[in-house]
Amino acid sequence: MTEAQTEAQAGAAVGLPHHPSPRAAGCPFDPPPALHALQSDKPLAKVRIWDGSTPWLITGYDHLRSLLGDPRISSDATRPGYPHRTAGTKAGDQARRTFITMDDPDHARLRRMVTAPFAIKKMEALRPSIQKIVDDLIDEMLAGPKPVDLVEAFALPVPSLVICALLGVPYEDHDLFQRNTKVVVRRTSTPEQVLAALTTLTDYLDDLLAAKRAHPQDDLLSVLATERVATGEMTRREAAEMGVLLLGAGHETTANMIALGTLALLQHPDQLALIRDAEDPKTVAGAVEELLRYLNITHSGRRRVALEDIEIGGEVIRAGDGVVFANDIANRDPKAFPAPDQLDITRDARRHVAFGYGVHQCLGQPLARVELQVVYNTLYSRIPTLALATDVDHLEFKHDGFVYGVYELPVTW
Amino acid sequence: MRVEVDQPKCVASGQCVLMAPAVFDQDDDGIVLLLDERPTAEHHDDVREAAAVCPAAAIRLEQE
Ligand code: HEM
Ligand code: SF4
Repeated sequence: MTEAQTEAQAGAAVGLPHHPSPRAAGCPFDPPPALHALQSDKPLAKVRIWDGSTPWLITGYDHLRSLLGDPRISSDATRPGYPHRTAGTKAGDQARRTFITMDDPDHARLRRMVTAPFAIKKMEALRPSIQKIVDDLIDEMLAGPKPVDLVEAFALPVPSLVICALLGVPYEDHDLFQRNTKVVVRRTSTPEQVLAALTTLTDYLDDLLAAKRAHPQDDLLSVLATERVATGEMTRREAAEMGVLLLGAGHETTANMIALGTLALLQHPDQLALIRDAEDPKTVAGAVEELLRYLNITHSGRRRVALEDIEIGGEVIRAGDGVVFANDIANRDPKAFPAPDQLDITRDARRHVAFGYGVHQCLGQPLARVELQVVYNTLYSRIPTLALATDVDHLEFKHDGFVYGVYELPVTW
Repeated sequence: MRVEVDQPKCVASGQCVLMAPAVFDQDDDGIVLLLDERPTAEHHDDVREAAAVCPAAAIRLEQE
């Protein structure tokens, strides 16, 4: 960018609201008040982000769905104008290309290589083994000392064990992938830290793929190694990068939904009781959707760039403009969900956008749903006296994370 | 009601199968399969919901 352009941009940015904005003190479950204000006054607004650029911020539910489903909106993080989250993610997204930051047809070709294990029927077949993982971890917790940190003892191990089995990653290595994923999803990580963490993860998966190719097993990495890498359809490095995406997305998100969801329910005992005493599995399935809507942990928003001029809602998004989609506030849009700020597990929340919308909508959603259904259905009935072992005000929330949650959740019973 | 699915557009989210399992299924790769092109009235609400949540706009409904 030339100096004149940078200056013009800085000039235009004066007076624009800065994004992201902070949540209100004492309201850990609610999106920032500034987003509420934008949604009612200006659901398509320009904002200023960390690098001085001024992308659009989309806060209205209908606008968000229509634009995320629009092929004129690109996910390609290497295009000029793409609104990166931080200097760290910018470096990461440019060094490593996975289908989450690609457009069709490349995105579709690569995504379809890994959709098979996530089909609904295959997820249902996994349910008993997920149940066993959950039961075993609860047994261990009950046999151990209390209070205990629910994140470390339960929320993180459940999805990590499940995604390890599905991909064929040895769970013994969980410290390596959990630690490095944490660096990648933290707003405060420098480009150097992000690149180092990604290299460690990619090298690790690269080695695993080599081993799988020599000795294939019944898991997704073996399928990639034998059917895609061996045939020359993709390089081993590309398969390794895809593995990093699946491993990271597969544990960090769900872990936060388990811990933050439990905290939200402990703060809403009437809702917790409805889940604990539920006999119809539909009640818990509905609760999962409502908690996804209400908590919307992917609070840093979807990131896109416009390929063409797009007229919408009386505004024109120009070709090359960055677009940030605030799915957290879209899930609180009163036009889509009556009394949106109320946690009500009996509402029909299935149209939420917590998994995004459009062709990039979460690949792992069928797995996340089954994991969360099993967890919410089991944890509170097996430990009916589950309680927070500290004051909510003492909890540290992931304000600096791309995925929202709590760092620790001390519980007792 | 007549239902059409556009398999090349499908991104295998599985949402339609959760909403209306009597009408939609998935093939071995997770891509949508239409079980019933003309579902009976009892399934219409579920099918409409499936079309509304499909992230890829791969489900088309025609009233007849
Ligand atoms: C509650 C848990 C989860 C939440 C809230 C969540 C959220 C999301 C969101 C919002 C997106 C859209 C990204 C975009 O539009 O730019 C996404 C994409 C994705 N998610 Fe999830 N996710 C969860 C669990 C999982 C799991 C368990 C996996 C398992 C591997 C997974 C794998 C992926 C992948 C691969 C993508 C990229 C899809 C694409 O670009 O086509 N996620 N997720
Ligand atoms: S809801 Fe749409 S994208 Fe998802 S499986 Fe059904 S047809 Fe495919």
